Amino acid sequence: MTERKFNADSTPVLALGYRFQWEPAQDCHVLLYPEGMVKLNGPAAEILKRISEKKQTVGELIAELKAAFNGADLDDDVYQFLEEAHDNDWIRAE
Amino acid sequence: MTTTGSEQNKAPGSTGGQMGLNAHNNIRQPLWLLAELTYACPLQCPYCSNPMDFANIKSELTTEEWINVFKQARAMGATQLGLSGGEPLARPDIIELIQEARNLGFYTNLITSGVGLDASKAQAFKDAGLDHIQVSFQSSSEDLNNLIAGTDAFQHKIEMAKAVKAAGYPMVLCFVTHRQNIDQIDEILDLAISLDADYVELATTQYYGWAMHNRDQLLPMKEQLVRAEAIAHRYQEEQKGNMKIYYVVPDYYEERPKACMNGWGNVFLTVTPDGTALPCHAARELPGMELPNVRDLSIKEIWNDSNDFNRFRGYDWMPEPCRSCDEKEKDFGGCRCQAFMLTGDPAKTDPVCSKSPDHHLVLEAIERGREEAAKPAQEAKPLVFRNPKNSKEICGL
Ligand SMILES: C[S@@+](CC[C@H](N)C(=O)[O-])C[C@H]1O[C@@H](n2cnc3c(N)ncnc32)[C@H](O)[C@@H]1O
Ligand code: SF4
Ligand code: SF4
Repeated sequence: MTERKFNADSTPVLALGYRFQWEPAQDCHVLLYPEGMVKLNGPAAEILKRISEKKQTVGELIAELKAAFNGADLDDDVYQFLEEAHDNDWIRAE
Repeated sequence: MTTTGSEQNKAPGSTGGQMGLNAHNNIRQPLWLLAELTYACPLQCPYCSNPMDFANIKSELTTEEWINVFKQARAMGATQLGLSGGEPLARPDIIELIQEARNLGFYTNLITSGVGLDASKAQAFKDAGLDHIQVSFQSSSEDLNNLIAGTDAFQHKIEMAKAVKAAGYPMVLCFVTHRQNIDQIDEILDLAISLDADYVELATTQYYGWAMHNRDQLLPMKEQLVRAEAIAHRYQEEQKGNMKIYYVVPDYYEERPKACMNGWGNVFLTVTPDGTALPCHAARELPGMELPNVRDLSIKEIWNDSNDFNRFRGYDWMPEPCRSCDEKEKDFGGCRCQAFMLTGDPAKTDPVCSKSPDHHLVLEAIERGREEAAKPAQEAKPLVFRNPKNSKEICGL
């Protein structure tokens, strides 16, 4: 991985043209973009759902996830996912 | 429009199943609905992939009928909707269709020449929930663009590309390349840069419909391609992180065919202006098609049970050399329409494949193109423009 794009104060937003939604026919959350779709696993969906619903910093996002998942230690996983999602052009840092 | 689905192979947090790449799913879903809303079009591109007999297709689906098609396809799992044609903006109900489709949860893509668009419409589409607009150009210069388009549209297209961006969309430009414009590839890319485009698709002409009719005048020569590819790659490097350039290599110069439609009846469903459902937009011209219509049958019946959609599904229909070939899961034996146009039999191996016994037909077509290109202008076959008059004349309607 190259240099890190996210820290606690950066705000991740969906890239232009990307949409997050629940897909009943796939029985999972997906990201939709021009001419394509990615099916998301549970953790990815939890993160992207929050990113798509409201603008908040990574710090706030992690706090919210911790609250929702019994204080689990998920900082590293969230950062890793954000970096990879950024490399895939799914999200941008603001 | 590319038909190859996703470029990402394995993404974090993805479950692996990505659109267009799920050929091995047992449950086939029409994930991609291409709605050809109308064959009306103010332009007359000789490379148009629409069927030659489009002037004969008259009774367009109504707004309600289209919405009903959208609902059914969506219920079967479709997520991507292409609004195309002809010129989709020629439909007076285009905003209503966009709105309904978006409310149903589709990712809505408008594929337009930009003629019929204006800045306030671009904004109205945004408000209606349109996700994506692609504007096609015929070339980078006003003269050639207007000559190829058969009308005076260049300046307007430039304005519309800007209007799309001003409305908050990425600017996505599509240039269909062929012998007459491929040498301008640097000018084309410079134009895209000067417009501050986000994506540029350099789509090679696929030889269907009008393009097939004009093939001898459109097929590029090898040396043109070599040059164009080198230039495209140079710009790709220079524009990294700025403007994305997709360069599609013409399959006539390849050793393997394209994985057409990601497999017949696998993920793609086209509905034509009169409600005919097709496994690909060119399939109307194949012999022996029953051409089921959404006015008579549900999408589910058509997708699951129709002869047309089952005809070349999977691998059982395949002849040799595909049948025993270890690459068949990669390319599905190529394109059925191309097999038919070149050999007269849609069930043969796509002649683009170097393993096909008919591969010489492709080489001969290239040679014929070269001979045509060498002729002085006044002896060369004229380009035949896509318009209702030519459609009727040529198809004897
Ligand atoms: C048939 S057009 C209809 C939409 C609109 N009239 C336009 O031209 O943008 C759909 C898309 O296919 C492209 N296209 C048309 N004929 C083609 C061909 N023979 N090969 C490859 N692409 C083609 C167009 O540039 C456009 O992006
Ligand atoms: S490719 Fe040209 S002629 Fe064909 S539908 Fe589009 S604008 Fe019209
Ligand atoms: S023989 Fe058929 S399956 Fe094998 S590479 Fe050629 S077209 Fe594809």
